[in-house]
Amino acid sequence: MRNLQPVAGQAQPVLELAGVRVSLGGRPVLQGIDLSLRPGELVGVIGPNGAGKTTLLKIILGLLRPDQGKVRIGGHDAQASRSLVGYVPQSYTPDPDLPLTARDLVALGLDGARWGFSLGGRNRRAKVDEALNWVGASSYADQPVGRLSGGELQRLLVAHALISEPRVVLLDEPLANLDLRSQDEVVALVGRVAHERGVTVLLVTHDMNPILGVMDRILYLARGQAALGTVDEVVRQDVLGQLYGHHIDVVRVHGRILVVGGPDVEALTCTTCDA
Amino acid sequence: MAAFIASLLTLGATRTALVIGSLVAATSGAVGVFVVLRGQSFSGHALGDIGTTGAAAAYLGGISPLYGFIGVGVLGGLGIETLGERARERDVATGIVLSLMLGIGALLLYFMTQRPNPGSGPVAILFGSIFTVDPGVTGPVALFSVLVLLLLAVLYRPLVFTTVNPQVARAAGVPTTAVSLLFMLAIAVAVEESALVAGALLSTALLIGPASAAVRWTRHVGEAVALSVLLGLLAVVLGVALAYQSYAWPPLDRGWPVSFFIVMIVLLEYLLSRIGRRTRQEPATRQVP
Ligand SMILES: Nc1ncnc2c1ncn2[C@@H]1O[C@H](COP(=O)(O)OP(=O)(O)OP(=O)(O)O)[C@@H](O)[C@H]1O
Ligand SMILES: [Mg+2]
Repeated sequence: MRNLQPVAGQAQPVLELAGVRVSLGGRPVLQGIDLSLRPGELVGVIGPNGAGKTTLLKIILGLLRPDQGKVRIGGHDAQASRSLVGYVPQSYTPDPDLPLTARDLVALGLDGARWGFSLGGRNRRAKVDEALNWVGASSYADQPVGRLSGGELQRLLVAHALISEPRVVLLDEPLANLDLRSQDEVVALVGRVAHERGVTVLLVTHDMNPILGVMDRILYLARGQAALGTVDEVVRQDVLGQLYGHHIDVVRVHGRILVVGGPDVEALTCTTCDA
Repeated sequence: MAAFIASLLTLGATRTALVIGSLVAATSGAVGVFVVLRGQSFSGHALGDIGTTGAAAAYLGGISPLYGFIGVGVLGGLGIETLGERARERDVATGIVLSLMLGIGALLLYFMTQRPNPGSGPVAILFGSIFTVDPGVTGPVALFSVLVLLLLAVLYRPLVFTTVNPQVARAAGVPTTAVSLLFMLAIAVAVEESALVAGALLSTALLIGPASAAVRWTRHVGEAVALSVLLGLLAVVLGVALAYQSYAWPPLDRGWPVSFFIVMIVLLEYLLSRIGRRTRQEPATRQVP
């Protein structure tokens, strides 16, 4: 696997969105989204249900076309640069009877899009082993994927997304349904993906607290609009108040951040607190 | 046993039955693994019924029912896939295409029985006729089998990827719609072939039975395909052998229908895989206090 070290002062953005606007079913879901991400940057994507987080990832993947605006990855149009983006979808639960081992799943990330059979080969096997090893999944490499725990599966999906050596990795709610220990493991792993390998990571989560220690910037989505910056720049009463369109309280307790307020108090509280 | 099989092969009808049955079992077994994993059993079953309409039309028109089965089956498969792109819609689409074709089929079967000399046509179409099948269709059946297996080989990795995780496959550039459509063609041809041999009502057994047993007994998709083919072959060869034996059973000199034996063996394979699975899981369940 390639090891892209982030070069000091490297200014060339890997991922750029300019004036992106998306409507689904006749309703605007995202509008006026501008962002520019550098190599090796870990960005947390936070927002309430239905804010358009998954939609944003689909735009970057080229699975949806924006009505307006541009998406560029590594300087190319998103449609033409699919191999540069790795993807871990929201809530993936394979069937317990699926005859597919952890190793098989990771191998699909390498060459699953090619026609015909794989002829195997030592090189392919070595790559798969290395990816499994890198995420700490070697011990269950030959287990059926349908019988892995949530944390084991998430680490595997990271290996699956990384093995094609993408420049950008998108993870949709990788922390959902994990206990605290597994959450910490996945967060540490994703931090290494960005900071050791120099891959730009977009991590979607309802709760920003587990990733406060590793995230470089935060992309806060609400009402189809986005605010991007460091946590101190974005998670503020005035910025979020404007984003949500009503009064918001930002409370910091014991190193945790809670966002509370507005007519929809319940929902907002739950975007930032542990269940 | 070898001598017994040799004696089977010397008989024209049983030889044809073994050759055609094996071709069909291998094809259905391979395709069936993906049908089971993708949850397309209902479409697979419906295609067998849909094909009977084509077979009845072909019979009335005086051409080989094989082409009726395959022609209408492929059209039905395309119809299902275009009407219902997503899995949930596909069941509804299958039901609609199925009802339409069964309605037409009922009319055609009625015409068949009203003819001066209906013969065994309607029964053969519905229940299969591996012993009476025209040896002339061996060539075309072999050709269709080879085409289906080739298509499956070409589609293999993208089909596995699409089956395992359609969203990620699409994001990785797999043309998932085209892959699903081509696979539907493979199902249609495999099912119609086996409808000709095992009968439309029983082709589902060869498609789903060996495959669902194989899926439970293996850890890799490739292994599941190989085992499913073997289990299908076993069912057909044993089934033909037992049907041959049954001429010595009451009522004497009539012979029991071969489809009965094939389906019973398939059912047995499936039940064994369920039991095997149950005992494998038991230790884990016992740990719960
Ligand atoms: N195919 C579609 N057609 C119409 N509307 C859609 C479609 N997909 C999503 N939407 C709408 O777009 C909005 C954003 O959806 P999206 O899935 O991006 O939200 P999300 O932020 O990922 O939410 P969650 O936290 O629940 O995953 C929602 O209001 C949703 O109802
Ligand atoms: Mg989502």
